[in-house]
Amino acid sequence: MIKGAYVHIPFCEHICYYCDFNKVFIQKQPVDDYLNALDKEISEGLSRAESDLETVFIGGGTPTALDNQQFHKLLKIIDRHLITPKIKEYTIEANPENLNETKFKLMKDYGVTRLSLGVQTFQNDLLKEIGRPHSCDDVIDIFQEARLSGFDNISIDLMFGLPNQTEKMLKESIEKAMILEPDHISIYSLQVEPKTIFYNRMKKGKLHLPGQDVEANMYELVISELDKHGYIHYEISNFAKKGFESRHNLLYWSNEQYFGFGAGSHGYVQNSRVVNAGPVKNYIQLVEETGSGQFASHTVTRKEKIEEELFLGLRKLSGVKKKRFYEKFHCQINDLYGEEIERLKQQGLLYEDEEKIALTRKGVFLGNSVFEAFLA
Amino acid sequence: MSRNNESRQSRIRNFSIIAHIDHGKSTLADRILEETAALTKREMKEQMLDAMDLERERGITIKLNAVQLTYKADDGNEYIFHLIDTPGHVDFSYEVSRSLAACEGALLIVDAAQGIEAQTLANVYLAIENDLEIIPVINKIDLPSAEPERVRKEVEDVIGLDASDAVLASAKAGIGIRDILEQIVKKVPAPAGDPEAPLKALIFDSVYDSYRGVITYIRIVEGSVKVGDKIKMMATDKTFEVAELGVFTPKPVAKDELTVGDVGFLTASIKNVSDTRVGDTITSAEKPADEPLPGYRRMNPMVYCGLYPIDSSQYNDLREALERLELNDSSLQYEPETSDALGFGFRCGFLGLLHMEIIQERIEREFNIDLITTAPSVIYHVQRTNGDIEQVDNPSKMPDKKDIDTIEEPFVKATIMTPNDYVGQVMELCQKKRGDFIDMVYLNENRVNVIYHLPLSEIVYDFFDQLKSQTKGYASLDYEFLGYKPSNLVKMDILLNGEKVDALSVIVHRDFAYERGKAIVEKLKELIPRQQFEVPVQAALGQKVIARSTIKALRKNVLAKCYGGDISRKRKLLEKQKEGKKRMKTVGKVEVPQEAFMAVLRMDQDK
Repeated sequence: MIKGAYVHIPFCEHICYYCDFNKVFIQKQPVDDYLNALDKEISEGLSRAESDLETVFIGGGTPTALDNQQFHKLLKIIDRHLITPKIKEYTIEANPENLNETKFKLMKDYGVTRLSLGVQTFQNDLLKEIGRPHSCDDVIDIFQEARLSGFDNISIDLMFGLPNQTEKMLKESIEKAMILEPDHISIYSLQVEPKTIFYNRMKKGKLHLPGQDVEANMYELVISELDKHGYIHYEISNFAKKGFESRHNLLYWSNEQYFGFGAGSHGYVQNSRVVNAGPVKNYIQLVEETGSGQFASHTVTRKEKIEEELFLGLRKLSGVKKKRFYEKFHCQINDLYGEEIERLKQQGLLYEDEEKIALTRKGVFLGNSVFEAFLA
Repeated sequence: MSRNNESRQSRIRNFSIIAHIDHGKSTLADRILEETAALTKREMKEQMLDAMDLERERGITIKLNAVQLTYKADDGNEYIFHLIDTPGHVDFSYEVSRSLAACEGALLIVDAAQGIEAQTLANVYLAIENDLEIIPVINKIDLPSAEPERVRKEVEDVIGLDASDAVLASAKAGIGIRDILEQIVKKVPAPAGDPEAPLKALIFDSVYDSYRGVITYIRIVEGSVKVGDKIKMMATDKTFEVAELGVFTPKPVAKDELTVGDVGFLTASIKNVSDTRVGDTITSAEKPADEPLPGYRRMNPMVYCGLYPIDSSQYNDLREALERLELNDSSLQYEPETSDALGFGFRCGFLGLLHMEIIQERIEREFNIDLITTAPSVIYHVQRTNGDIEQVDNPSKMPDKKDIDTIEEPFVKATIMTPNDYVGQVMELCQKKRGDFIDMVYLNENRVNVIYHLPLSEIVYDFFDQLKSQTKGYASLDYEFLGYKPSNLVKMDILLNGEKVDALSVIVHRDFAYERGKAIVEKLKELIPRQQFEVPVQAALGQKVIARSTIKALRKNVLAKCYGGDISRKRKLLEKQKEGKKRMKTVGKVEVPQEAFMAVLRMDQDK
């Protein structure tokens, strides 16, 4: 059963130097045609697969890069197809620089329950260096405005391991974030990917990254600081006040199925991992012609499903429950992976008890060494 | 002799192409094939003569080929051309000399922008030694940086050839091709030789075919040969019966007979290429020639290294791969060896570094075996204190210091051709590599030949790369073996995590041991990824550690990135990581990537 829907808005007013998501500069883009295509894709998509939606997540790109009118149109489309009384979490990603009173009001009117703010860091110089157009003051103002508009579930995104970022700077960012008291924090370490400005700089030897040791120190700092302030570390990169864990993201890590709508979005529907056409025009054309934006799909085999259950599930600090695994696959984890589990335990990377297997503190840092053990 | 045969012989032209890598030999060969309509455009694979993928990628020709073409000349006659392709690298100079010996003429291709290179020069001299008519062709004249007149003068000054008739050509653009063909007709002599004399056929290459056995590429110098004839290899004394004769057009075309001047192939159910050595003479078993053709030499490997499968269960596959390659390559030698670190593998002998790299790549690609290659070594002559003399081709097999009286190492005479501006850098490099200065010869006002005696081991290490980087790629190198001389050499061991890794041992000159040890441990630190624990890397002479570095413990590798719902991508990343680990060898507890075993070669590259 499909429990969540992700909707992708690929437009941005600025392209951040590290971003390798499917996105385009918004100027001269056929935004209205795109929204019409989205309307059609969602409506046809829903009729093709059985669903019982509990979460909706609008991400990007920058959903708030749409102008007020377009933004309203988007919310109407979502509302018409996806929003039912069963929806428990309705998130929109927003950037501080293009939020305004009208958009806040629209979101409230259409029942958006959760805001995810792209903050990244609290140093103006550093923000500039990673290509973010907003300032720290913008963030503080917008955050307060959001609270005043009635949002009681706000998440902020932060980053570490940025070029020229020091541990001290990260500590300062966390301290400033704590003053705002967000309900949820996603904190990602920079991964330099192809087709980004950072990658281009790196190739020329002009990107000064902190290096593995500093990055590890930063991660330690993040974990201990947020713990001090009462945030629960529930996934590798995610921290929440009790009860504010992201339901939508938990679907991914719990290996559940979800729709992906919009250009370049990914879905997991009827046992297939599917991906939509990325370029906006291709996507629109494809939806007009076929009713679906799907560009490629891969039917997940049982073996892959088991692997994914583990390498996704272990990202959650609560680990993978043995009972649930058995119910899902009708065999015991230990029968399949006894040897690997034993080895990982010996290396101090994995914890095991009657109920579950989970990453140890060391395993959280060396997650990839754990995850790959479960791949064939 | 019938008039007909006589006139046929007078219309044969046998030639090869001499060129430096990248100077456009393959492209020119393609154009000639097109012009003589040996192939229609549709049949034409780009660069037809370079058959193997590997050759095409590296832009060099490894195996020789001989193609028969017909050319209707301006004089109205139809000529039979045999184009014999030659390898273009120093490792294969003997093969070059044999294929040149199968010709009466050679096209000398010189890049109009770059001028003559040492390797070209070496091959031109080989051609002159074989009394070939040399037709200079100045290629790539359509390049903006082309300086055909300067290059023409260089050909005259440096080699002493008359270049006034040199063809100005662009193989790529199809300029000058017809001129080249006309000059071949007019200048290259028809083959001499008596069709009635006892058979003398020169073997200039051989390849193994699983259905027909060895296919030898031959040039008939005297006499003739027919299908069914009994033949004898003069160097090995082995006899066979001719099964097939033919020519390549470039498709193989069967013939009943090959006669004087012909260049083609011969099969005779020969099971092993070592029975058909390049340079040997085939004669008639019934009416043998008195003497073989001159110039035959048995080629000996100069460079040795260990080849080990990463996956030790592929040992037998590796042996089969070597057996298969040996069928085609009589200069490849191998014998089983074991290493504490790497398990079962083979010690292999090669003509040179390029030959080594080619074999290694072919095994990986054609036989799908991931390999660990140990750093190449030369053969050392070791005199023990008890008077025994031993040949050591593997540093880890070097006897204990107390048992050694002297160690001798091979030296070469290296000829480095360089623009005047870089003489200082070249000499500095040669000094650093323990060279003895011998001579410096100005070829013209801006080209110099610098001659040094150098230990072969230094050339085997990274001399060539360094030479190229010190001279912005302008200098070129040729070398020949001189002999053995005593040197003050020591064995240096490398320890990973406290354990000696035999496959990483190297022989170094005592005066350079500290410097090299330091460079190796630093390089290993760079090449070996962090493990879950700290790994010390040490270089030691006997019990004495002379250099040390530390690979820090792995601290964080988790993907802490927002991938949204893109699970496939996460999976791919993990799979790639896992794949990378499979390509590593576990030595003790340490996972070591392939490149690390070649670390000694890569030491100075970043400096």
